[in-house]
Amino acid sequence: MAVMGNAHVTLVTVTVNGKPRTVMADNRLSLLDLLRERLGLTGTKKGCDHGQCGACTVLADGRRVNACLALAVACDGASVQTVEGLAGPDGLHPLQQAFLRHDAFQCGYCTPGQLCSAVGMLTEPGPSAVTADLTADPPLTPGEIRERMSGNLCRCGAYVNIVAAISSEAAPASEVAGPQATISGGDTAPYPPARHTEAGAWAPGSGAAVS
Amino acid sequence: MRPFSYARAGSPADAVGQFRAGAAYLAGGTNLVDLMRLGVTAPDHVIDVTRAVSREIAKRESGGLTIGAGVRNSDLASHPLVRERYPMLARALLSGASGQVRNAATVGGNLLQRTRCPYFQDVALPCNKRSPGSGCAAMAPGADTAHLAVLGHSPFCAATHPSDMAVALTALNARVCVASPAGGGSGTANTGGIRVIEMPGLHRLPGGMPEQDTTLRPGELITEVKLPPPPGGRQAYRKVRERASFAFALVSVGALLDVGPDGRVRDCRIALGGVAHVPWRAHAAERVVLGAVPSAEVFAAAARAELRYARPLPGNEYKVTLARNLITAVLGELMP
Amino acid sequence: MTDTVGREAGPRGGDSAAGDTAAAATAPGGHRVEGTDKVTGAARYAYEHPVAGAVYAFPVTAPVASGTIGALDAAAALAMPGVIAVLHGGNTHPLGGREFELSLFEAAEVTYRGQLVALVVADTLEHARAAADAVQVSYEPSGHDVALRADHPRLYRPDKVNPGMPADTGYGDVAAGLAGAAARVAVTYTTPVQHNNAMEPHAAIASWDEAGVLTVYDTTQGPSADRDTIADVLGLAAGQVRVISPHVGGGFGSKGTTRPHAILAAVAARAAGRPVKVALSRQQMFTLTGHRTPTIQRVELGAARDGRLTAVAHDVIEHTALRTEFAEQTAACTRVMYGTPAMRTTHRLARLNVPAPSWMRAPGETPGMYALESAMDELAVALGMDPVELRIVNDPAAEPDSGLPFSSRNLVACLRAGAERFGWAGRDPRPGVRRRGRWLAGTGVAASTYPARRRPSTATAELTGDGYEIRIAAADIGTGARTALRDIAASVLGADPARVRVVLGSSTLPDAPLAGGSMGTASWGSAVAAACEALLKDGRHGRADTAGDVAGDEGWARHSFGAQFAEVLVDPATGEVRVPRLLGVFAAGRIISPVLARSQFIGGMTMGLSMALFEETAVDPSAGAFVRTDLAQYHIATCADVPSVTAFWIDEDDPHLWPGGGKGIGEIGITGTAAAIGNAVWHATGRRVRDLPITPAKLLNGEQRNAAGEPRGAERNNGE
Repeated sequence: MAVMGNAHVTLVTVTVNGKPRTVMADNRLSLLDLLRERLGLTGTKKGCDHGQCGACTVLADGRRVNACLALAVACDGASVQTVEGLAGPDGLHPLQQAFLRHDAFQCGYCTPGQLCSAVGMLTEPGPSAVTADLTADPPLTPGEIRERMSGNLCRCGAYVNIVAAISSEAAPASEVAGPQATISGGDTAPYPPARHTEAGAWAPGSGAAVS
Repeated sequence: MRPFSYARAGSPADAVGQFRAGAAYLAGGTNLVDLMRLGVTAPDHVIDVTRAVSREIAKRESGGLTIGAGVRNSDLASHPLVRERYPMLARALLSGASGQVRNAATVGGNLLQRTRCPYFQDVALPCNKRSPGSGCAAMAPGADTAHLAVLGHSPFCAATHPSDMAVALTALNARVCVASPAGGGSGTANTGGIRVIEMPGLHRLPGGMPEQDTTLRPGELITEVKLPPPPGGRQAYRKVRERASFAFALVSVGALLDVGPDGRVRDCRIALGGVAHVPWRAHAAERVVLGAVPSAEVFAAAARAELRYARPLPGNEYKVTLARNLITAVLGELMP
Repeated sequence: MTDTVGREAGPRGGDSAAGDTAAAATAPGGHRVEGTDKVTGAARYAYEHPVAGAVYAFPVTAPVASGTIGALDAAAALAMPGVIAVLHGGNTHPLGGREFELSLFEAAEVTYRGQLVALVVADTLEHARAAADAVQVSYEPSGHDVALRADHPRLYRPDKVNPGMPADTGYGDVAAGLAGAAARVAVTYTTPVQHNNAMEPHAAIASWDEAGVLTVYDTTQGPSADRDTIADVLGLAAGQVRVISPHVGGGFGSKGTTRPHAILAAVAARAAGRPVKVALSRQQMFTLTGHRTPTIQRVELGAARDGRLTAVAHDVIEHTALRTEFAEQTAACTRVMYGTPAMRTTHRLARLNVPAPSWMRAPGETPGMYALESAMDELAVALGMDPVELRIVNDPAAEPDSGLPFSSRNLVACLRAGAERFGWAGRDPRPGVRRRGRWLAGTGVAASTYPARRRPSTATAELTGDGYEIRIAAADIGTGARTALRDIAASVLGADPARVRVVLGSSTLPDAPLAGGSMGTASWGSAVAAACEALLKDGRHGRADTAGDVAGDEGWARHSFGAQFAEVLVDPATGEVRVPRLLGVFAAGRIISPVLARSQFIGGMTMGLSMALFEETAVDPSAGAFVRTDLAQYHIATCADVPSVTAFWIDEDDPHLWPGGGKGIGEIGITGTAAAIGNAVWHATGRRVRDLPITPAKLLNGEQRNAAGEPRGAERNNGE
């Protein structure tokens, strides 16, 4: 990072999909617009520009983040992986294949963000908002996947297929809910999601009536 | 967005030393960049403090935790000691925003989130918080008040504080450590440029100065949050929203209930989100429960006591019912 | 996965196993021709085409809903770094065309908040956006009116409702039918302003070549019509405009007509002498790309003791813009659904200071079926009759309003198959009696319908070195058009689909109608099939124009039907509503591509769930503004909201359709969903919420007033 004569621009180097890329960046430039408008990596999508839809999800230093809310200048020195970097020399990433297999998209605009989000999500430790026992690392059931993928909106309504695709790669089918979970598109998860207190006890509503 | 210069700070002293009028601290950026793009905030100098403040979670000798202000929300939520000893905090964090946002958002930034009031975010409409003296569009007939305050608001502002984490920190009696610029004034405690603020003292009610969200003075920087040793009893955090995920709270409740061997409540903490300009510590409800033999009737009475002085706006009356019901239900869940 | 449930439906036999994607044969690229491009990020959407030297433009919009535009001072903006031009009414050549919204900044009057006032062109997006904030415009505000009310003093009857139907229809004596009924329902439902909110914002890149030919990379549901409109507005010949749109990130109607961003890009590129990129912000999309009108719907039903309807009335009030009339055909579905000796349907509009409403997925049927199917549920309760049976006894022999015979109608089969698959039998009709932990559980049913239509299209087919190439100016907005057309062509040609290449998404291809009204596959497929047949005769080339065939489509009532079943959970303490299960069975002709069809059905149902519980653009009467204009406040369903949506279908062998036999599937999935969910909420709680969306606020509050002046939110059902 170097500040040039104009205090409002900065020389920024970001490693994108393994390659260092250096640009003179307006400090206002988002990581998203750096990728799309300066580096020609248009796989990462702009859906809302405010962190509300997840279409711009990339992996920054291995963690999924919204590229629209990151200033490029603040990413100087970071390593970023985009959808263009998911496939390896041997072909598509297993999640990309699973999305194809399960028809986990329609218009495709949210898809790169869904994929990067899923890749990051699968590495994230710990519980989610729907995990019953906070102290255990829960298996990635369809219910867990749904909660963890809720930062990625899909207006075409491909969620059940997205969950099926991710389930198929999240764990061997036998550990999740049997092979049926893959085929039937997420209708096997138990409901309601129990609201657990610390002790894991789940009490029914206390009888408070609608007033 | 207005042009701005950008600099990284290496320490709290460096950060507060760089601060000047018109500057803003940048951490995760999940709220600041959002507001800059809307034109709500227009700093001419951005000080990146992600390397200036700690990103560590450390166990204190007292048994409590010291949480660096730069700790990401997701790291705090997944920390074993937080999951085990402060489940209310872990749940509050996990119910906030999305996985992506939690990976970027920091503890310090989360506390300083600004309201999601639609009128604050629309720069063409009057808003006393954004543009002091311009009026409050939310007070006009027919305004969209569904997500606004029912407690502690003023005729000038009915915005709510959007954080879930701050609700849990309020119930857990967390303390917020703040680095002050040279010549910074005195606080609750003043230890040589660092002052300590006990939650919920960080946030303030809008009164006649809704432009001021917090009790921080210009240039002050949150460096750490200290959690007291884990309290006894059981904890819960419940958040009600329309969607099942990725939405701000209509109302949320963080609560703790500890019943002694005599069958009476010896500790009860209740904090509410989504109802006020601050994470709302429900002292009136706590007073009803403390010392009582817990029962559904006691909890309902506590909830009524807290909401007795609620002043809903036309269009958000439901929040009073919701807060009352949610307090009652969550305390019910915590019954041993 | 065949069983006995749907066998009665026709010679093709049985329910199709719609739930099974993984088991279907999967080509390496997945089920869609362009699948690999979409999962690798290679698919380029409008804003993403590499156009050398392109600069950026950002619009300036009016912050008031009504008034006169005074002085516009661009000096400060022009002095800012990188700014190339500021376009506004004072320096832009007047535009042609018929649509007010596309005249850009010509109007001296502001008639809705968010109306275009100026455009800033600059070398970077950051510069353009900053300078847009610096354009100084003064306004002389005048009184605005944005609030739709049942007693609005300026309601009027439009000459027609979309897409050319009478505003009012009626036959029989409705008053007598209601007076003599054993059970009656007379209730008012409201639906709010809703926004399409496709994930891809409206965007375009425009460039002019030396010969004066304009190329627009646009996001559009119909390149041919988009080209014609752009040419018309700019005063060009159609041959001077090229629209390129290979991938479209969803449209749901909002990209079915040319939107201002495309005109802005073209005008700016001409002024700047360079290619220009324009993308609307998500917030701007709420005023510049259309929305679904709010509706106030009065539904009156009367029935005899046996459930047979004695009268049906459906009176609709909705809004439109001051300068543009858009009359949503909300009661049109009632003219199709149930047999009755007396019927009245009416539509009244109020012209308000709002942006023009426009097409949104299943326009008309979506809000209309919400009201009608909710009222049918209330009638079933009033009669003490099972709601599935009520619909079955009222299934008409011919289209009630027109008297035309149905080309095929399998609503009853859908209801029966759905009831069996869902486990409806033995349902306890009593509301509010099923506890599951802190939740109250309930189930509901509603019918779906959507018309089956097609429009004239052209296409060519050509033998190439290694296979066939189909050319047609169709659009793939996520429906899988490339894949479906490939399969249609392969079937006619008797060829391996892998040897058929479909080229679409450009106005330089043979003219085709838009992807809308669930007409795409029928319209394009007719032309593609005919072109392939011509190729088989010719040996090398085939060309088709279906204008003649389509003109012969009169004489039959053609509609898809379906039945949707919902299971809901409601926490009575908090008003939270969850939908653990949604199941639909549809009869939509022949299903061309099962995997893609399933995705369309479940996608529509998911959007219907979203409409039922979340979607609302608030209208602030004081500010004259739409409020909640972003995706944090305008809630669409998240992944967590959609645990189980399954779709099944009954294959219909309908000889009165186009040769491919499909009725269209893009829209029927969203019709009826909200009613099924609302009916299930009543069954769970005993609370009838008649104002969408069904929120905790409404379930917890009974005191608010809705736009009809009636108590808003939860009410006890009349029939109780």
